[in-house]
Amino acid sequence: MIWDCLGILATAGLWAAVLRIASPLIFGTLGALLCERSGVLNLGIEGIMSFGAMVGWLTVYHGFDLWLGLAVAAFAGAAFGLLHAFLTVSLGLSQHVTGLGITLFAASLSIFAFRLAIPVSGSPPTIVPFQPIHLPFLSDLAFLGAALFNQTAPTYLAVALTALIGYVLARTPLGLAIRITGENPHAAEAQGINPIQVRIGAVVAGSALMGMGGAFLTLSAFNSFFPTMIQGRGWVCITLVVFASWRPERALAGALLYALFDAYQLRLAQVVGKMVPYQIFLMIPYVMSILALLVASRRARVPQALMQPYRREER
Amino acid sequence: MTVVLRVEGITKRFGGLVANDDVTLDLHQGELLALLGENGAGKTTLMNILFGHVVPDTGRVVAFGQALPPGKPRAAIAAGIGMVHQHFALAANLTVLENITAGTQSLTRWRADASRARRKLTELAQRFGLIVALDARVGDLSVGERQRVEILKALYRDTRILILDEPTAVLTYQESQQFYAILRSMATKGLSLIFISHRLPEVMESSDRVIVLRGGRVVAERRPAETSRDELAELMVGRRVARPRRESQPSGPVLLDAEEIDAAPKRHMKLTAVSFHVRAGEILGIVGVSGNGQTALAQLLSGQCAPLAGRLTLFGAHCPRLWPRSCVASGIGRVPEDRNNGGAIGEMALWENAVLERVRERRFSIAGLVRKRPGLAFAAEIISRFDVRGGTPTSEIRLLSGGNMQKFIVGRSLATAPRLLVAAQPTRGLDEGAVAAIHEHILAARRAGIGILLISEDLDDILQLADRVQAIVAGRLSPDIPVTAADPRRLGLMMAGVWDGA
Amino acid sequence: MRLERRSQTPVGMALAAPVGAIAAALALAGILITIAGAPVLDAYQRMFMGAFGSRLQITETLTRSTPLILTGLAAAVAFRSRLWNIGAEGQFYLGALATAGLGAKLGPFIPAMLLVPSLLLVGAAAGAVWLLVPLGLRLRFGVDEVVTTLLLNFIALLFVSMMIEGPLRDPLAFGWPQSVPVDPAATLSKLVARSRLHTGLLIALAAAITIWLLQARTVFGLESRAAGLDPATASFAGVSLVNVLVRVACLSGGLAGLAGAIEVLGIKGYVTTDLSPGYGYTGIVVAMLAGSHPLGVVLAALFVAMIFVGADGMSRALGVPNAIADVIVSMSLLTMLTALLLTRYRLRR
Repeated sequence: MIWDCLGILATAGLWAAVLRIASPLIFGTLGALLCERSGVLNLGIEGIMSFGAMVGWLTVYHGFDLWLGLAVAAFAGAAFGLLHAFLTVSLGLSQHVTGLGITLFAASLSIFAFRLAIPVSGSPPTIVPFQPIHLPFLSDLAFLGAALFNQTAPTYLAVALTALIGYVLARTPLGLAIRITGENPHAAEAQGINPIQVRIGAVVAGSALMGMGGAFLTLSAFNSFFPTMIQGRGWVCITLVVFASWRPERALAGALLYALFDAYQLRLAQVVGKMVPYQIFLMIPYVMSILALLVASRRARVPQALMQPYRREER
Repeated sequence: MTVVLRVEGITKRFGGLVANDDVTLDLHQGELLALLGENGAGKTTLMNILFGHVVPDTGRVVAFGQALPPGKPRAAIAAGIGMVHQHFALAANLTVLENITAGTQSLTRWRADASRARRKLTELAQRFGLIVALDARVGDLSVGERQRVEILKALYRDTRILILDEPTAVLTYQESQQFYAILRSMATKGLSLIFISHRLPEVMESSDRVIVLRGGRVVAERRPAETSRDELAELMVGRRVARPRRESQPSGPVLLDAEEIDAAPKRHMKLTAVSFHVRAGEILGIVGVSGNGQTALAQLLSGQCAPLAGRLTLFGAHCPRLWPRSCVASGIGRVPEDRNNGGAIGEMALWENAVLERVRERRFSIAGLVRKRPGLAFAAEIISRFDVRGGTPTSEIRLLSGGNMQKFIVGRSLATAPRLLVAAQPTRGLDEGAVAAIHEHILAARRAGIGILLISEDLDDILQLADRVQAIVAGRLSPDIPVTAADPRRLGLMMAGVWDGA
Repeated sequence: MRLERRSQTPVGMALAAPVGAIAAALALAGILITIAGAPVLDAYQRMFMGAFGSRLQITETLTRSTPLILTGLAAAVAFRSRLWNIGAEGQFYLGALATAGLGAKLGPFIPAMLLVPSLLLVGAAAGAVWLLVPLGLRLRFGVDEVVTTLLLNFIALLFVSMMIEGPLRDPLAFGWPQSVPVDPAATLSKLVARSRLHTGLLIALAAAITIWLLQARTVFGLESRAAGLDPATASFAGVSLVNVLVRVACLSGGLAGLAGAIEVLGIKGYVTTDLSPGYGYTGIVVAMLAGSHPLGVVLAALFVAMIFVGADGMSRALGVPNAIADVIVSMSLLTMLTALLLTRYRLRR
């Protein structure tokens, strides 16, 4: 029995699943991280991912290209991000409550639009999702090929974006402007940076990533949309940002670690299944997220202006 | 002399308050101009308008002959204006280099050019004597070092007009002297400088010209050589405000005795082996530059942190530690150092703020239910006895001005005839009229036999009110000296850590 | 354009805020209804009639508002002290589970008169515990409770699912898993015959009044408000933040758990995984629309219930997807936040 449990780790299928499960989380975590680095907590992520999943899928269902679907999802995410930014940055409303409102709004809107477009029927309609890409040489490697290099394009995109965002934040003037706005917007303003514009930009860009994360589920991982498909992944992304200490490379690592637990739990249930109710296995990822928060809270170097609205003339 | 900066007809209102009223002034090339005025006179608002943090209602700013678009710090920076803020505009989690270079390069650049910045900063640091480690995290730096970063930020941007807002508030006397020497060397190297201060000795010594603001208006312009401290003081306040005089009186028994106490509240400088005592009818003044342990001392005596070592004796009995409620119950009145963040809850009514720390007393609650009428009466008593204007027992306390709020906070403690009063920075941020009122209440308490521990950064407070003085430096207390022996030189030395047995 | 703090909010404006917010949300939703191909005014008329048109529909609206009053109170109580309880959904389910589980077993052991109160207490306690866990993590480890309460919602639902498929399973039920029904003596009696309306509504109303009095008149009310407005000053004044937050959590979690307990005892007598269509989350909207005022929560809950019940009928008649109700409600949250801002701040050029 123990061998069977450990043996799961040796299957290429597990690791392929890890990358697949991690991909939407990478998009979502990067998106949330970008928002928070500029000082804005975006709790709309769960709803934005839901809407992104729906609208991306719907675009492809109507015959358009998969990449266009992904782009539409990003655009939709950006639109919700703009709403969130307007309410919290321009108007200075509570970031907590606004985010929750946007989650409820975007999620309900996604169901409404879906039901309008697709009448209720027996099983939900499907599309042809992204197919795994064959990389010359890499995909043919013995174990690693099947494990790591048999993924769809958006997965590789997620990894590439991690590197890109990491570089931008750490090495470019734009990244520095975002960081200083998140640490002390008054300091940013004193340097001639417009903290309002920076925050709005970061939130819009981050929300676009969130939308793409949702679309990954309907365009790559699965091939249909159903209303409760996000299942708390958005909240997991929020915890992963803390776990990653707001650093993109650690966000990637955190997403992979989480995905490992999730993928493992799925397969473990098949091995151990009769003895333990399947719900216990499904709980494991959520419990892990909470534990991750615990661990990370000790050493968290929070962006100091996170969640503080910036108002001019209030010095 | 050429005029490098001209401020014309600036007016700014915040709600009902007129912060700047038709202000016009000039700054000349290479000059050190002092902007003098008491708290609330409009100095900081004017400088914020100059730098673009605040948009004026009317008027304009002209720098080097070009009118500046209002409300844009970027335009001010481009025109050569730099500002050293009173509360440093720095991001603690970023490095010195990052703080200085943020916003200096185009946001579309793919690569931040650090090497050019490093070269320029090293050269500037040498030229002006502002050495600081470029890769250090700003949050780890001392206050003096952070100020150097603030100044380097401006110099890096090729500032030609430098604004400094209360630059010496956080420096000791010796450090201030060095500081003004640096400013003077900048002026000879081509900068023009404006500094805000309310410290008359410094203004008299270090400026070329003084402009006095009062109630938002320019009321006078003088050269230091042609005026006196007394004249400037009177111009600042507008009338001869006599602060109440302290008369000598015999002191009573020891109420509070602290022996070799250690305390370490989170995120503040800790106290090491501090000893002091307070007698009835006497004021013990603890003087020191901000950030030397005053907060820990205030928290210790308000019941917010516990002593880690040493012995505390209160009213003759050993007291292991104080709690906020136990302070109130045993007759210790407390005035916290920040009225907005510890003193009063803005959105609560005056009566609620009055009653909050003693709501479990029989007078104000019964069986868990709040008794509102005694609470309203208590608030009304405080309002009338302590001349609190602008509010009623039911109005929200945030509507009061700073001075009135402070009178209320002091009053709620004194109205219950405590035996001991712990007052931390009671006159911070107040205008002259409010300061005089607070002084009067404190002295009245002293006459009534209350023992008072006064913690203050303001030398005037200490010299005018205290009977005995101790200096607090890096969490340690000097031995006490009678105030008659506390001349500025001696105090300056004590505040720098120099005393017998140090 | 900037925002300037008002010195006072005129009472008229404070009352007009929710009305304006709702109107704005309805107007915006009208756009969606038009896209769905239905006439807007007709749709809203049907919605109103669907909620209040007949005796049955009125009782249905009142029935739906009962859990919303309680979860709305749960959110309002918590947010007032800056405790971000987003876990009312999970607390609801655990309250329902505890009540259903014990309700089926306790019958023989407890006199009939005490059965319902004990079960309600058990449900409330279960909800309270589920909020005390994230509170403990916040107090001890500094972990923000927003996300922990959210994640616990999912864990709670899985736990309920596990229980009703396992130890609490009703072997006599066909179809979806459900728990063994509670003892018949433990059901809440009906307020109106031949309807679903039960005495739970009275309990909810009593809770609202109690909370109102608690907040307005007691030491606890004063201290919990102070702790939410300004923890630093409250702490200086001797308010024990830990003490206050624990009591607030017991109250808030307890109210959400009570909502679950009442839903079980009042309606079906057993618990399923679809017992709540999101009452916990909707409660937050209710609390916001009410400005976190306990009595306002009752009105707001009624409004939200009206939207949901009315939308059912309207949706069937006009073919507008049912989800329009959630859209209207969530938009009301956002418009209400904006309206609240305008009551506190003035727009200036």
